[in-house]
Formats: sequence, C-alpha cells, structure tokens
Amino acid sequence: MGGLQKKKFERGSATNYITRNKARKKLQLSLPDFRRLCILKGIYPHEPKHKKKVNKGSTAPRTFYLVKDIRFLLHEPIVGKFRDYKVFVRKLKKAYAKTEYSDVERLKDNKPTYKLDHIIKERYPTFIDALRDIDDALCMCFLFSTFARTGKCHVQTIQLCRRLTVEWMNYVIASRSLKKVFLSIKGIYYQAEVMGQLITWLVPYQFSHDHPTDVDYRVMATFTELYTTLLGFVNFRLYHSLNLVYPPKMDSKSDLELKGEDEEDYAMDSESYLEKLSALSTSLARVFSSVEDEEAQLDQFPVEGEDMENMEAREKEQKQQETQTKLFEGLKFFLNREVPRESLAFIIRCFGGQVSWDKSVCIGSTYDATDETITHQIVDRPNIDKQYISRYYIQPQWVFDCVNAKILLPVEDYFMGVTLPPHLSPFVEEKEGDYVPPEKLKVMALQQGKKPAEEQEEEDEDEEDEEGEDEEEEDDNDDDEEDEEEEAEEKSLKKMEEQRSQGKSLQVKVTPGKVKVENPARLEQEQKAEEKRLAIMMMKKKEKYLYDKIMFGKKRKIREANKLAAKRKAYDDAEKAKKKKARK
Amino acid sequence: MAACSSNSNMRREEQTEEKKKAREKSAKKRSKEEGDEGDEGEEIFSFKDKAAVDEEEDDDLSDSEDSVYSGLEDSGSDSDDEDDDDKDDNEEEEEEEDGSGNEDEEEDLKTETQQTGQTEQKKTTTMKKKKEGKEVTEEEKVNEYEHDSSDEEDIRNTVGNIPMEWYKDFPHIGYNLDGKKIYKPIRNKDELDEFLDKMENPEYWKTIHDKQTGRDIVLSDEQVDLVNRLQRGQFGDVNFNEYEPTVEFFTSDVMIHPVTNRPADKRSFIPSLIEKEKVSKMVHAIKMGWIKPRRVEDDSKGRYYDLWTGEDSSLVAKHKMHLPAPKIPLPSHQESYNPPPEYLFTDEERALWDQQDPSDRKLPFVPRKFSSLRQVPAFPRFIHERFERCLDLYLCPRQRKMRVNVNPEDLIPKLPKPKDLQPFPTTQSLVYRGHTGLIRSISVSPSGQWLASGSDDGSVRIWEVCSSRCMKTVQVGGAVKSISWNPNPAVCLLAVAVESVVLILSPSLGDKQVISATERLLSGQQEAETTEGEGPVSWIETEGEELNQGIHLKIQHAKAVQQVAWHAKGDYLASVMPDHSSHLQVLIHQLSRRRSQNPFRKNKGLVQCVSFHPIRPYFFVATQRCIRIYNLVKQEMTKKLQANSKWISSMDVHSSGDHVICGSYDCRLGWFDLDLSTKPYKMLRHHKKAVRGVAYHRSYPLFASASDDGSVIICHGTVYNDLLQNPLIVPVKVLKGHEITHDLGVLDVTFHPTQPWVFSSGADATVRLFT
Repeated sequence: MGGLQKKKFERGSATNYITRNKARKKLQLSLPDFRRLCILKGIYPHEPKHKKKVNKGSTAPRTFYLVKDIRFLLHEPIVGKFRDYKVFVRKLKKAYAKTEYSDVERLKDNKPTYKLDHIIKERYPTFIDALRDIDDALCMCFLFSTFARTGKCHVQTIQLCRRLTVEWMNYVIASRSLKKVFLSIKGIYYQAEVMGQLITWLVPYQFSHDHPTDVDYRVMATFTELYTTLLGFVNFRLYHSLNLVYPPKMDSKSDLELKGEDEEDYAMDSESYLEKLSALSTSLARVFSSVEDEEAQLDQFPVEGEDMENMEAREKEQKQQETQTKLFEGLKFFLNREVPRESLAFIIRCFGGQVSWDKSVCIGSTYDATDETITHQIVDRPNIDKQYISRYYIQPQWVFDCVNAKILLPVEDYFMGVTLPPHLSPFVEEKEGDYVPPEKLKVMALQQGKKPAEEQEEEDEDEEDEEGEDEEEEDDNDDDEEDEEEEAEEKSLKKMEEQRSQGKSLQVKVTPGKVKVENPARLEQEQKAEEKRLAIMMMKKKEKYLYDKIMFGKKRKIREANKLAAKRKAYDDAEKAKKKKARK
Repeated sequence: MAACSSNSNMRREEQTEEKKKAREKSAKKRSKEEGDEGDEGEEIFSFKDKAAVDEEEDDDLSDSEDSVYSGLEDSGSDSDDEDDDDKDDNEEEEEEEDGSGNEDEEEDLKTETQQTGQTEQKKTTTMKKKKEGKEVTEEEKVNEYEHDSSDEEDIRNTVGNIPMEWYKDFPHIGYNLDGKKIYKPIRNKDELDEFLDKMENPEYWKTIHDKQTGRDIVLSDEQVDLVNRLQRGQFGDVNFNEYEPTVEFFTSDVMIHPVTNRPADKRSFIPSLIEKEKVSKMVHAIKMGWIKPRRVEDDSKGRYYDLWTGEDSSLVAKHKMHLPAPKIPLPSHQESYNPPPEYLFTDEERALWDQQDPSDRKLPFVPRKFSSLRQVPAFPRFIHERFERCLDLYLCPRQRKMRVNVNPEDLIPKLPKPKDLQPFPTTQSLVYRGHTGLIRSISVSPSGQWLASGSDDGSVRIWEVCSSRCMKTVQVGGAVKSISWNPNPAVCLLAVAVESVVLILSPSLGDKQVISATERLLSGQQEAETTEGEGPVSWIETEGEELNQGIHLKIQHAKAVQQVAWHAKGDYLASVMPDHSSHLQVLIHQLSRRRSQNPFRKNKGLVQCVSFHPIRPYFFVATQRCIRIYNLVKQEMTKKLQANSKWISSMDVHSSGDHVICGSYDCRLGWFDLDLSTKPYKMLRHHKKAVRGVAYHRSYPLFASASDDGSVIICHGTVYNDLLQNPLIVPVKVLKGHEITHDLGVLDVTFHPTQPWVFSSGADATVRLFT
C-alpha cells in the first residue's frame, strides 16, 4: 500500500498546544509584552495530559499554551498598540540621542495609549461575572492605594486606586452590604454581599511598606491597570443601581455642613473633595433626591402549602438581615486617635451608626469628644484621663465581634485595659466533627438568646461533644477490644487447662458459674462491625484505595480536632491552677 | 629709580639710534624727555601694560585689546597731561590745540617705529609726536591703519615666545630688531633686595617685572586705575558713556519715499519652489501617517460608563473553555490577631515550622497573639503574597478537577449477611494439645470421628474429634511432612510422609469390621508384591515394634517426600518429591498391588502439591506458577490453570470436581471454575501474610484458608445452577486463635467431612477446632 508516511507529532494533542516561546514569536512580541498581554487578556498556560507527546518526545519542562488561545490573542488590537509603543520608545531614544528636543516634545505629545474597555467587556461578558472576579481587583487596589507616592509606580495610578477604593467603600456604606469583618495579622478582611455575590477583600494595616526587592512591580502594575479599569466600571454600574451620582457627590446637606471647616488646608478643591469622601462620614447624593430609603417589600403572593414554609423562612431571613444592617443604628461613636479610623468609620457607618473623630485626625468629623450624646468611645490605650459616665469606653475589637455575631455583644469583656476575648474568624464554618472553640459556642448561645450566666452548662456541653468524639473513636477501637476480650477468655481457659493437665492438684472445685450477661445491643453492634470488616475485605482494589484515603483523611481531621481540644484543655487547666494560686 | 633711569638710558641708546635725527630736530624737548624718567617709564610701561594684559588673557581677546586700546589712548593723553612736568604743560596744550594729526618730522620716526610692530608703542609714540606738533600726511595715516590692524606684540626682543629662563646664564636677554644683544640689567636683585624693596619702596605694590626685557616697571596711578576698572568689568575709558541714546540707522517712521527705488524681483511674485517642496513633503508625511497633527488631549481613558448595557449571552458561550481563577481561601482562626490559645504554636510546632521548607509548611505564617489592636505590626510578606497571587493568576495552568464526593459507606459492597449464609464455623470450641513441635499436617477420618496430626516432633497423634482426647501416639522418628487419611470409609488407614519414607499406618481404631477389613487389605497384597521387580521405590514390610505401633508398610523413596494424597477410592496414593532437576517428582502407588509408577516423563517445574479428581480420572499437579490437569486414562494434559501468583503453596479440589482453590505464598487465594476459564475467577487478598493451606468442605459451600498471620478465613462460595448468575464468594468469618511462633501462624486447615467444622493446626503446637 502506498500513501504518505505518517509523521509523528503532526496530529493529535501535539498540534493543540504551543510553547511559550513559539507563541511569543508568532505574536512578534517581546517577553514582557507577551506577559502583559496574557495578564490583560486573562490567558493562562495549560498542562497537557500527555506532556511527552505534546513536547515532541522531550521531557524538558516547558510552559504550554493552547493554540486556540494564542490565535485569539492574535486578533487583539492591543498587540498593535504594543508595537506602536515599541516604535515610540525607539524614536524617543533616537531623538534624545540627537538632542532634538523639539522632536522629543512632539513625540511625547503623540505617545500611543490604549484603553482596556473592550477587554473588560470581553473577559466579563456580564456584570455578575465581573463582580465574581472583583476580589483580587479590590485587594490590589487597596494595596496600591496605601503605597507612598514616590518610587514604585506612577502617582496617577496610586491616586486612581485611592479614588476607586473610596468609591467602593462609599458604595458598600450606601448599600449596607457589609457582612463580615476579620482582624487578621495580615490586615483586615471584609466581606460584603453585593448582588448576591460574596466579595471578600483584604486591606493592609496603615503602615508604610518595606518594598521587597524580589517582587516584579511591572507585573503588579499591569494587573493594577486592568483592575482599576474593571473596578471603575463596576463602581459606575453599582452607583447607578443605587441611584447614586457617579462620580460620587456628597449630599448637599452634609456638604454644606462640612464646607468652610478645613477648606483652607487643601490647595485644590478636588483634593479636599476626595479627602472628604474618603473620610466616609457623609452620605452620597442621589440622582433623584426625593426618593428616600425605600425598602423593597416582598410582594405577597398567594402560595400553597409547601411554598408557604419556604416563604416564611425567606421572610424570616430577610428580617434578620434587616436587623443586622441596623446593628449600630442609634449609637453614637467617637474614635480616639490611636484606633484605625478608616476601617472603624467604614464598619460603623455600614451598620448605621454615627461616628466622629478628633478634628485634627482627619477632615470630616461631625461632632466633638465632648458631645454628651456619645454612647461609645473606641479607645485602644490602657487608660484615659477624662472619662464621661454617659458612655462606654471600649476597645475596637468590640465593633468587629459585634458585626460577626450580628448582635450587640456585652461590652464588659471589651472595656478599656481589659484582656480581650479571642477574636475568631467569621469565615470558618464548622462541620460535624470539627473542633469548635468554646468562645464560638458562647457567641452562638448568645445569638440564640441565652444569657452568659449559663457558662457552666456550656462547658458541660463541650464535654459532651468531646465524648461524642470519643465514641467515634471507640467504634474504631471496637475490634481491638473484642480481640482483647477473647484473649482474656482464652487465657483463663488456658490456665484451667494447664491446671488440669498438671493433674497433681486435682482440686476439682465447682464454683457457681457466672451468668454471662450478653448485651444484645452490643452484640449487634459487634456483628455489624464484623460484617463491615468482611465487606471491606471484599472491596475492589481501586475502591479500597479510595476508601482508605477517605478514611485516612477523616481520621486525620479527628486527630487534629482532638489535638486542638487537648491543647485547649491543657491551657484551661493551667489557667485555673493559676487562678487558684492567686486566690490562695 | 636710579636703576630705572639707567635702564631707560640704556634702552634709548640701544633701541633708538636711528631716532637720533628726530631727536636732533627737537633737541630741546628730546633732551628734556630723556631726562624725564617718568615719561620714559610711562612709555615703557604702556608697552609693558600690554604685555601684562596679554599674558593674562592670552592673545585671542581682540575686543579687550580694543578696549585697552581705547583706554590707553585716552589715558595716554591724560597721563601726558598729568605726568608731564609743568614746564611742558603749555606746550602740550598748544600741541593739542594744534590738532592731533600734525606730524611732519615724525615720518621717519614712524617708519622706524612701525618696524617694531607694536601698536601701543606706536600709538604712544604717535601721541608723543602729536605733542611735537608736526604735520601729518595722508601717507602716514594709511600706514598707521595698516599697522593698527595687527595685534602683534611689541617685539623689541626678538627671541620670541620662549621661556626666559633659557637666557638666565647669559649676560643678555635677547636680541633687538637689528640683531644686537639686549643686555640684562647690570645687577640682578636677590631676595634681600627684593625684601628691602618691598619694605622701603612705597611703590613696590605697583611695580611689575617684565621678564622679556628683565626690567621692573612702576605703574602709574592711571594705569592702576585702568587695571582696577577692567577688573571690575567696566569700560577702560572713564568718560565712555555706555548709556548713550542710540542713533538709529533707519528711522522707525515710514517715509513717503522708499529707501531704494528698485522694482521688486520676479521671484517675490512666484511661490518658492523650495518651500513648495518642503510643504509637499510634510503633506505626504501626514498622508502616510508619519507625522501626526498635534493630538487633542484624550481624557476618555479614565472615563467610566455603563459597560454592560446590552448584556448578550453570545459572548458567554465563547468562553466555555475559560476557567475562572479559584478564589483565595478564607482565613481561619489561626490568622486572627488575637486567636484562641489552642491555635498558637507550641515550641515544638514552632521548631518544626522553622525547619520545614516554605513549600512544605501547612501554614505560611506563624500564628501570633497581640493583646490589643494597636500593637499589631504590618505584615512583612503582604506585597509578596499579593505578588504570588498575581503570578498564580497568569502563570499557573488551571485544570478542572473532579472532586470525588462519595460517601465512603457507599463504596463498601453490599454483601449478603453472614447470618443468612450459615452454617459456618464461628467460634473456637476445642484445642488439641500434646504436640511439642509445629504441626505441619492434619487429616480427618472419612467418618469424621478421628483426627490425625503429624508434627515436627516426630510423632503422629490420633485424636478423638469430639472429646479432644489423644487416642494414639505413633513415633515415626522424623518430622512429619504430610499426613492423609484414606478416604475409603471401609478401611482405616493413614499415609504419613516422613523424610524419604511414606508410612502406611493403621491406627486400628473404630469398628472391628473396619479394622479387620484393613488387615485384610494389607495382608492380601503380599503375594502380588513379590511379582514386582525393581522400581523407583521399594515396599518394605515392617515387623516387631513398628508393626505393634500400627505401621504396616514403608515405601522407601529416593528423595524426601513432601506430600501424600489419596485417590477417592482409597487404593491409589500419590507422593510428591519436589526436585528441580529430576522428572521423578510425582509417584503413584497402588496399595492393593503394591506397585509404584512414575506418571511423568518430563520435568515441568517444581511440583508443590498434587491431588486426585474426586470423581473422574484426572490428576492435578500444582507447580510454582500453574496447575496442570492430566487425564490419567488418556495419559495427556487436559488443562493448565494460570494461578496469577508467584508461588503456589497449596491446592484443594471441590468434591464435585468443578472448582479448585489454590493458596500462594504471596497472600492470595485463587478460586477457579474449571468450566469457565483457566484464569482464576476470583483472587482474594484477605490475608496479610503467606497462605499456607486451603480446604474445601465436602458438602457445605465453604472453603477455608490458613495463613501465617495466624488467622483462618472462612469463605462462602456458592455456584448457582443458573449459569447466568455469578458465583457468590463471600468471606463469612475470620477465625483467630493460633499464636504466631517463629513467624509461622496456621500451617494446615481441613474441614470436618460432615459437620461445618474446621480444624486448623499451627506453629504453636496445637490443633484447634472451630465450630
């Protein structure tokens, strides 16, 4: 038979993938440009199933992209812009070298720029897609907005990031969508529910950054470029969904109040405006000012039996949510200068509280520390000189814990100078068999309306829980115990036999036999366990492997939970002993 | 001053001999002037001054020279006014009044001085001449201009621009224009003179030394003034007004008449070709896009609008392949700034964390506790983490991983309950003790009443099954490798393999009928035996002590016998002598005729065990890897079963003859259906260690396997008549009881012929009965 000889690697998976260098050559881009393009377009490498086949028989480590992806990049208008920019830089260099400064000026005026709008639209075809992916954008923008305005990136970028993040926070305040907050050692986590999407972002603590040398800021800057565009469009849409004016404007009432106070400190009007916005103390102007807070009422539909329950449950949930968003309503806070102002003001305003701070800390304070109507003053120092009786002096953790617990926690644990209770992560959802810290149980009890005096009971509960865990373990140990029993029986038998075989001391002694009380439940359990063991023996190899793996994972989880419980117990014991000593 | 005068005198003599005429002509004045040292000095100085300036400013500053010139001219006249003695005043004035240009006699002098080439000098001299009040001719003026343009130095000394040190050893300092030597001043000043001069001479500060002529020159006040002015950057001339109103060359007013009446050129009406060329080039460049007109500032970059106005789902479909990046895992309690105490690291955990490679760590950070929020520092790796996330986003391949989300309970196969599969042995009911060595083999009598066991302690014991009494002990003088009860219920015979001998033993237990039948069988054969000639084995009749013990026959083999197996009828007996090299591994003995024969001509591998088919004339031979089935009638191999294991240890055939199980040293138990396939229908890996023995129950659907891990596993194995239904093989019980001694557990297992009981013998020198 004739026919062409089939060559290797000319069909199949080898033709579906392309190495990075080849892709780069195909696009005629330098590596940094290629990288930028990939970042902007969201193209990532793929791991082929049969690497050796794709790699044409070689096993060298290579990065592979899908040929389709690269072909997709080929039609990107931005690629042309990249090339333009390359040419521009070359021309500029030449002009500088020839000291033709007029040319330099002209070239600079014609610097090629590009817009990312179409890329955003392409990557996030629907608004929900964009919201789903906004976590990273928020984290990055919040990080960049804390950078010093020297060195690492353009000042414009930093300003833009700051502006966008402030807009975002203002939106969250206006929509009251903040759900959870968490003070971690890395920074402050916030979680908001926007249009049904849970959005989590991390804000670093307000310190200047020690810029590491092993970080490529170009990559970060490219990401930021994309993220600022994305966040801008998202903000626009969100503002319009709330009938707010975008770019945000302060309410005319509050604007008037603030005017004339600190105006002279800022050179530019726009600057002071941003500062005022970022103070987060004013509400925003709406497109139709006449519409006050209109709550979307659930329309009552005539429903039938099954749906009724669902409906009720939903209504209940909504009611709960409403109460949560009005958590701090009616409370008046004052922030001392040592507490993180922005984050606390943001949280308190999100939950309807009134907040102010010292005039010298930041623009936008609405009332003074001497105001008699202040209910809570947030302090982070061991003591304070002048105290008012009319207000609580509490540490900032109270605010965070209250938000997470969705109720106003008793303030006693959070007074000034008091050792704080542990701050728990609201993002952990304990499943059956996981370790639950006792503090969480306490909070849960409080949520259900119990009083904190029932601590003793809770502890008992704890113990019960632990017992439950133990029982599980017992199940595992059952077999061993059985064996042990058998062994014991056998031993006694053996003894008897030996005695018999020795024969010398035939002290035949008839003792009343003990009735062996058989626990029917236990017997049944044993039987079941044995059945299970036999069934496990009959498992196929593959399934057995999987089963073993799952069981190993489960056991490890239990072990970890037990370890934590044991650690806690040891700690509590130590504490108790200390207390006793102190009492004596 | 004396020196000065002498100098001047000398100079006069040397330089201006040719000026004598002129001097003679104006003898009076000349003599006066010559006498006047100041005048002379000044004259010299003016040259000197120029030299100094030149020295200072090199020779390229023609402007300054001009200024010097202008200044000097004036100053010269001034100085004349002031410095000249009073006597001359009148004359001078007169001269000035006369006019500057009248010098008649000076012509000669001029020509002479022109040769010196020094402008200043010349000028001063001209000034002198002016004083003399002589007429001036046109010719002279031309000459003067001619020389005025030159900015050459005064070259009285013709040596040129050389370091004057070269002349320091000579009495002269150079040559004048005539080639005569110019002599140095008579006496050189030394340091002391210099000092004294400095101390005493009030004019020392304005005295300068001319290297070229080697003379000291005292500057006049005017000259000092001039120097000061120049140093201050002012004009040399005091009287020069730099702020004079400009005299415009053209008036700014438009006159009615043009300055020139020349008609306009043609070219002023025709568009310029050159310009046209230039413009067209630019136009072309703009057309081609090489030059861009100044762009309007585009601020649309930072302008946001509603991007998602018309959301269409067509784009969504395009991105089916795209996987959204996984979100960052949410923080747990450990990350809190104030975590519960149990989440903090203990010292050991901390040490472990430090030791681990960053990629191996479970947590990428160390949990820390701060008593208040204000003590929390910045997280040092914040930017790193963000950067790593960025890298993950664009560098990491993404893959959709199917997460196995199964309930482990669902994985466990649903088996019929053991309860439904009863009867099977469940508990250990009897232990037969007595042996001192490990018991390699056991066998139950076909009636089920007796149990025979052979041990390494060299004895064979016969037990009553129900009471566990040892009925008989036979010392055979060697480790018993295998023992087998004759399956014929009509006789009571045992075959025992001890070293290279197979003993036929009659325990003489049970019914008298049976005993007598056995006796008859053993004795009746004797005649036949004698006819037999030399064989591979020898049949030996026993007598005396051995006969009393019940050993009737000895079959002496060439090699150690590993196993004995009876045919179901009880007449034939097979013995196994495992050997790699020989084809004489299996022998079949006929008891009634006391005959032995070797069924195989070829060595097909190390034989492990053999067995007769219970019904048909088949013979099973298990080698290391496979089981061969031979048809004894046709004398050929019918089947070869692949055991799929490394080393077969034991084998048993079901009483129906359709199923075979074989145990292997690699922990497996293979269940064969002879009708289905030559491969095991099922491989059971229930044991943890090598399987030593396997056994089928004769009537119940049970089989057992004994292993070195000390357990006996009873399995239920039903084969349905309906061929479509798969055979059911289920483990029903794990029996434990034997202790593991020297890494050996249970060595042999056998079922009771009628009851669902199982016997097992182990390395702990016991036989156990499970019922």
